[in-house]
Amino acid sequence: MNFFKKLFCREESRKTAKERLQLVLIHDRADISPEVMDSLRRDLIAVISTYMEIDESNIELDLEREDRSVALVANIPIRHVRRNARPEEKGQ
Amino acid sequence: MIQRVIVLTSGKGGVGKTTTTANLAVALARGGHKVVAIDADIGLRNLDVVLGLENRIVYSLVDVIEGSCRLKQALVKDKRVENLFLLPAAQTRTKDAVKPEQMKALCDELREDFDFVLVDSPAGIEGGFQNAASGADEALVVSTPDMSAVRDADRIIGMLESLGKSPIRLIVNRLRPNMVREGNMLDVSDVLDILAIDLIGVVPEDDNVVTSTNKGEPLTLNSTSPAARAFDNISRRLIGEEVPLLDVESLASTGFMARIRRAFGFKG
Ligand SMILES: Nc1ncnc2c1ncn2[C@@H]1O[C@H](COP(=O)(O)OP(=O)(O)OP(=O)(O)O)[C@@H](O)[C@H]1O
Ligand SMILES: [Mg+2]
Repeated sequence: MNFFKKLFCREESRKTAKERLQLVLIHDRADISPEVMDSLRRDLIAVISTYMEIDESNIELDLEREDRSVALVANIPIRHVRRNARPEEKGQ
Repeated sequence: MIQRVIVLTSGKGGVGKTTTTANLAVALARGGHKVVAIDADIGLRNLDVVLGLENRIVYSLVDVIEGSCRLKQALVKDKRVENLFLLPAAQTRTKDAVKPEQMKALCDELREDFDFVLVDSPAGIEGGFQNAASGADEALVVSTPDMSAVRDADRIIGMLESLGKSPIRLIVNRLRPNMVREGNMLDVSDVLDILAIDLIGVVPEDDNVVTSTNKGEPLTLNSTSPAARAFDNISRRLIGEEVPLLDVESLASTGFMARIRRAFGFKG
């Protein structure tokens, strides 16, 4: 048992540390709090909805990390595009 | 002359900046370079005791900046190694006694006479760090392989980048090979993944560091202990030599075969 434990399932606090650090640093580097992310999501939905009907419950909005930079990546499923969409038509 | 001004920094305190500054200064001087180590930790000076030069101090960096003495008078010459000097910090003043422009002017004056100017920065991201970094071209960031130190190192690296320091290279200090082997300490590759900067060396945890500091004799003066060798290697990489990583330094990801061997009781 000990043999297999050593070989295959080393309990690695190292992995936990690395994952936690990576997460913490995404926010440290971008300096964006969860509250700010929520309000960004709401604003994005409002703006995009004036042009197209989107599937709000399936929006993915994430900060993606690459080396020293962070990108905001959004995946927003579209239900359909409004005909002659214009910002003024919002909420009609 | 090469004339490089290098600041040694860290976000978190107590990770080994002063120890590293002292050992690199000695190693570089022994390698034939003319070196001055500046203690920029004003109010909390330590580099003097780590170097074993505390009894020879007359003037401090603040005296030079305030014009109370000439630069040459404040430099403490090490009698054990040719070409090694210390510019001590003031113990009874605060960091506010110095402004970044003054530090920069001081480093530029020293640059005229020395191959290497090593600046031992206080920890943190405030005034003391800004002062220490202001005169430097390049930076060495010291971090231990733990969560808080790495997180704070990331912050410091960001600041050094925005100050335009280049290159900015990392020293991982106090690595404990046994804990890395057990998977219970961030290994070097983890830290590099996270911080995404170049590594210049890894220094293992070594009791000799403590005893050498007790005696005021940096390890690189005469020791061949693991930390001494690591510091020596870093000093050689600094001057552009290609020195392969020590075992402990490359003790990054342990491969599958190594794990099998260990599981059977062979040493990794
Ligand atoms: N590789 C090592 N092995 C064992 N002990 C070490 C090692 N490196 C540093 N130390 C010990 O850690 C302590 C802190 O080191 P040091 O004073 O160099 O840190 P520092 O970063 O300059 O601290 P500060 O932020 O307070 O200026 C000292 O007691 C030193 O002896
Ligand atoms: Mg120190």
